[in-house]
Amino acid sequence: MNFATRALLELQETTLLAARAARGLFKRPHYVPEIITQMDLIGVGSLTIVLLTGFFTGGVLTLQTFPTLAFYGAQSQTGRLVAISLVRELGPVLTALMVTGRVGSAIAAELGSMTVSQQIDAMRALGTDPIRKLVGPRLVALLVSLPLLTVIADVVGIGGGGVVATGLYGLTMDQYLTSVREGITSDDIIGGVIKPLCFGVIIAAIACYKGLSTEGGTVGVGRATTRAVVLASIVVIITDFFLSRGLQYLLGMPVA
Amino acid sequence: MSELATNIAATHPMIGEISDHAAESTFAEVDDHNRVTPAIEFRNVHLSFDDKKVLDNLSFKVMRGETKIILGGSGGGKSTIIKIVLGLLKPDAGRVLVDGEDITNYNEVQMMTVRKKIGMVFQEGALFDSLSVYENVAYRLNEQGVPPEQIEPEVRRMLRFVNLEDAIDKMPAELSGGMRRRVGIARALIGDPKIVLFDEPTAGLDPPTARTICELAMKLRDLEDVSSIFVTHEMNNLTYLCSEYAVVNEAGEVVFEREGERLCLVNSKVMMMRQGNIIFSGTDESLRNAEDPYIQKFLRGR
Repeated sequence: MNFATRALLELQETTLLAARAARGLFKRPHYVPEIITQMDLIGVGSLTIVLLTGFFTGGVLTLQTFPTLAFYGAQSQTGRLVAISLVRELGPVLTALMVTGRVGSAIAAELGSMTVSQQIDAMRALGTDPIRKLVGPRLVALLVSLPLLTVIADVVGIGGGGVVATGLYGLTMDQYLTSVREGITSDDIIGGVIKPLCFGVIIAAIACYKGLSTEGGTVGVGRATTRAVVLASIVVIITDFFLSRGLQYLLGMPVA
Repeated sequence: MSELATNIAATHPMIGEISDHAAESTFAEVDDHNRVTPAIEFRNVHLSFDDKKVLDNLSFKVMRGETKIILGGSGGGKSTIIKIVLGLLKPDAGRVLVDGEDITNYNEVQMMTVRKKIGMVFQEGALFDSLSVYENVAYRLNEQGVPPEQIEPEVRRMLRFVNLEDAIDKMPAELSGGMRRRVGIARALIGDPKIVLFDEPTAGLDPPTARTICELAMKLRDLEDVSSIFVTHEMNNLTYLCSEYAVVNEAGEVVFEREGERLCLVNSKVMMMRQGNIIFSGTDESLRNAEDPYIQKFLRGR
């Protein structure tokens, strides 16, 4: 098989996996305890890294853009710039990338080692559909956790930007927050939540597919994990571009 | 016979059940038409992975209560047969019947009902690492939604059967290889499947532990009327399974007796595979007398 055929095949298999997992969610038995466990692992577990990433991204945005804005005499608009960049782009994408690195790799490694040690076969032999038991809960957990984590990253990022703006550049918190509030529209926030929903599906589908299709023992598990993280990160970034364009089309071109 | 059965029933509840059943049905069995239907049947099964032929026109039957020992070198398609019975793999051509039911074109949902009748013992045990021994053994019943108060006694009964009741609260990582394998057997046997598949259950175990595993298989064959496929490449497994049988003695204990020179009643058949073909099928005696150079090499190791 050449590269293009294989890529298409993988796209098809990954999509089918996600679709089957989604369909399985509406049938009995519902694996509610598994969903809650996964939400705890994925959502609560990623909180620290997302808080840190968000805070420092907001901080560095202010740090780097304030001098440029000051050059145009627009330093009072720092808050607007930081907020819009975070809510529209950096919040969703950076959170998705951090979660891919932390959770996507864990999912691929866990399912991969279950595959090579025949635990997946055993599960099927014992009458459980591994897609519903393993993929479904992870999909739901990512779908719920990622938008929440993104919103947290946005808020903390804006806070981080504010700390730098007031601490280093002498803006008042009031000025900063006013420009934040003027800058963000509800469309930005809607778009900023739609994105992580899509990224959640992408990360879950790719990580689970790579894990379940692991071959070749422990070496294969390592390979599957690497591929899952690399592929999911790239797909997240590429999808982000097209999503942004699509959202511009749907919600109207932003004015600021 | 029935006197013996009542004796045992008092001491061993599980064996009691079986022996009761056996006592009633000793003569009825002859007329039982169900017994004529093979537990597992392959009809002209073909399977290839890419260009490699794994199974080439394979046909065989496993009768009720029979243990079919499948011998053969690695990569000979032995484990593939088991995966096909479970529906984990689908053959390219041919029919597969379980209990007279054609499962060849069953989808995953239909397969789930077939799998309830089958217990599977995996090569390395394949226990769920994240679950305790208890949860592993209880897995099938949990998934079927059996109430917890009914699950616990069943789990204990199965763990007693493999002699591992003490390990009930341990995690798989704390167990030795042989113990993991035995927990795997307990997990496979819960729900009393009438068909049990063993995929190299003794590979990598020391001889006494391997012997224990074979004894479990004999107990299933002789006391529980279980049909099984026993994939192995170890000759001592073959010797045990073909020359000994389990009986319950007067004290209610399970003992293993050698068949000796008397009439052979051991319900084991041997099948030898090579490169996806059956090169031998019959009893262990005729296997040992077979002229085929590959078989001779396999038996003697050179």
